[in-house]
Amino acid sequence: MAKVPVQFTLNGSEKAEFIESGTTLLHALRDKIGDTSPKGGCHQGTCGACSVIIDGELRLSCLTLAETCSGADIKTTAGLAEGGVLHPLQRAFLDAFATQCGFCTPGMIMAAKVLLDRTPNPSREDVVEALSGNICRCTGYEPIIQAVLTAARANSQNAA
Amino acid sequence: MELRKDYFADVRKDGLHEIGQPRPRLDSPGHVTGKTAYFADRNFPGMLHLKMVRSPHHHARIRSIDTSEAEKHPGVVRVLTAKDVPHNVYTILILIQIGPEDETVLADGKVRWRGEAVVAVLAETERAAQEAAAKVKVDYEVLPAVFDMEEALKPGAPLVNEYHGQNYYLYDSGECRKVRFGDVEAGFAQADHILEQSYRSSPIEHAPTETTGCVVAPEGNDRFTCYTNTQAMFFTLDNTSIILQMPGSKLHFVGGTVGGGFGGKVDVIVEPIAILGAKLTGRPVCFIYSREEEMQISSPRAAEKVVIKDGVMKDGRIVARKVTGYTDAGAYSRHSPYGAQKGAAHYPGPYTIPNVWIDTYCVYTNRTPSSAMRGFGVTIGDFALEVQMDKLARLIGMDPLEFRFINAYRDGDMKAHRQPTEGAALIECMQEASRAANWPVAEKYMAMSSYKKGA
Ligand code: FES
Ligand code: FES
Repeated sequence: MAKVPVQFTLNGSEKAEFIESGTTLLHALRDKIGDTSPKGGCHQGTCGACSVIIDGELRLSCLTLAETCSGADIKTTAGLAEGGVLHPLQRAFLDAFATQCGFCTPGMIMAAKVLLDRTPNPSREDVVEALSGNICRCTGYEPIIQAVLTAARANSQNAA
Repeated sequence: MELRKDYFADVRKDGLHEIGQPRPRLDSPGHVTGKTAYFADRNFPGMLHLKMVRSPHHHARIRSIDTSEAEKHPGVVRVLTAKDVPHNVYTILILIQIGPEDETVLADGKVRWRGEAVVAVLAETERAAQEAAAKVKVDYEVLPAVFDMEEALKPGAPLVNEYHGQNYYLYDSGECRKVRFGDVEAGFAQADHILEQSYRSSPIEHAPTETTGCVVAPEGNDRFTCYTNTQAMFFTLDNTSIILQMPGSKLHFVGGTVGGGFGGKVDVIVEPIAILGAKLTGRPVCFIYSREEEMQISSPRAAEKVVIKDGVMKDGRIVARKVTGYTDAGAYSRHSPYGAQKGAAHYPGPYTIPNVWIDTYCVYTNRTPSSAMRGFGVTIGDFALEVQMDKLARLIGMDPLEFRFINAYRDGDMKAHRQPTEGAALIECMQEASRAANWPVAEKYMAMSSYKKGA
């Protein structure tokens, strides 16, 4: 199988790899680069566990070919805490009991981050809409929705 | 959370300092930072991928298996069949003396459900394993199959599982689990009304977000580390030890992190064959269900049928209850004999009924083997019982909640299993529920207590 070079920024640091053509970004991140924070739940674009942020957009890494990401700026949950301080979303998920098995959590947090980056003061409906592509089988969603709303309030207080 | 300290004030131990206090979960910092290590987050150089060849038939004799083409496929390292498994016929609960062994790790001579594992292919890449698996040729003679519990119990039905010799599990109490209390026929004779209803449920898939699987690393000296998302670590360790005929000291299981299970990860399916693959190739092996396999192959909650006949008096007292329960185990036992047994214990309900008669059957059919799922054996029973309770209340023109107060068991009442009730608190729960749901009941029910002291 032909190998292709890819080079992108992952959570602020430069990555360069030779990968087999056709490799998904999910596999490249997890198996080649060693960032296992995106999870593979369905590998077919329906669960959202593999969600990452590419150039500011929410993307399913299981449906994204790694070779299309050259030059991109990629963010995952593993890079969200800064200097050991949890991001408000991480803090809120922790405090609001919004994780149980934790498998959906990195994907949920990525989806929530894209929402809050664009809509700092979302309504409950905005949150539900933003998370609608992410499946959680454990929490019943309500604690997750509350966590995102709490993080949004914390953000707006910081800004004020 | 509000703590109601007025209930059982004279018997409660106070000075509790944990209940009602929020405590952070120990594992959530790992979850929110993406650092929690699930089994599939382990990656080893030279790791092989295992794919199963599965039966396309519900019931068939295997005439022959030809793996020659698959073995020649580029990237294939090893192909495993039944003869490679040291102790191929097993049953999970044999560890607690529940037998007979009735399930094959890899099919031998026969398949009993569609999706049953027949041949395991180990290859350098997932894709190579998949392509090679498609080249395995299995010659089947299709046999008549049975999918319905009542059909399976009829004389002359196709025999699903020869290890049982009949299409039901044989308990030490006979063909079913039984509860006998009082005289149920005398109870019906005395009743003002009798209501008999049947309830049915379909299988339910747990659909955990993380699919079932494991990653095995050989450690040298014939020792193996298995990273797994099992929910039953010691069942898995001990069954693997039996299946592979290896002492447990050679097997190191690492688990405790489960990406959703809900009971669906208590069976011992992926680990023994993955460890065998690692043993025979000397290479790390990963065996992960695809989403499709998770939905189709992993054991669901059992389909159940429950027939309930109740005798009730005009004043609301239930005087007789007769229940026949059927649990569809599918082709193999797994945890189903235990589920059916739990049903027998549960069908009297949280009610004091003087005459009770219960039979529960664990039935074999050519369906996907069912197993544990959140409250298996009792959840469907509760659904049936409580729908029945509502119907009974309607039959005698009584409020359904008041009807439950009349029948609720209270401390000191004798249960159908001949254990006196202790610490019931059911009356108090219903009183709280009545307030919370804004569903008023007569004052005399609000004055009742489960704790009969002084009453
Ligand atoms: S793994 Fe990508 S959406 Fe499920
Ligand atoms: S916490 Fe388990 S899937 Fe969401």
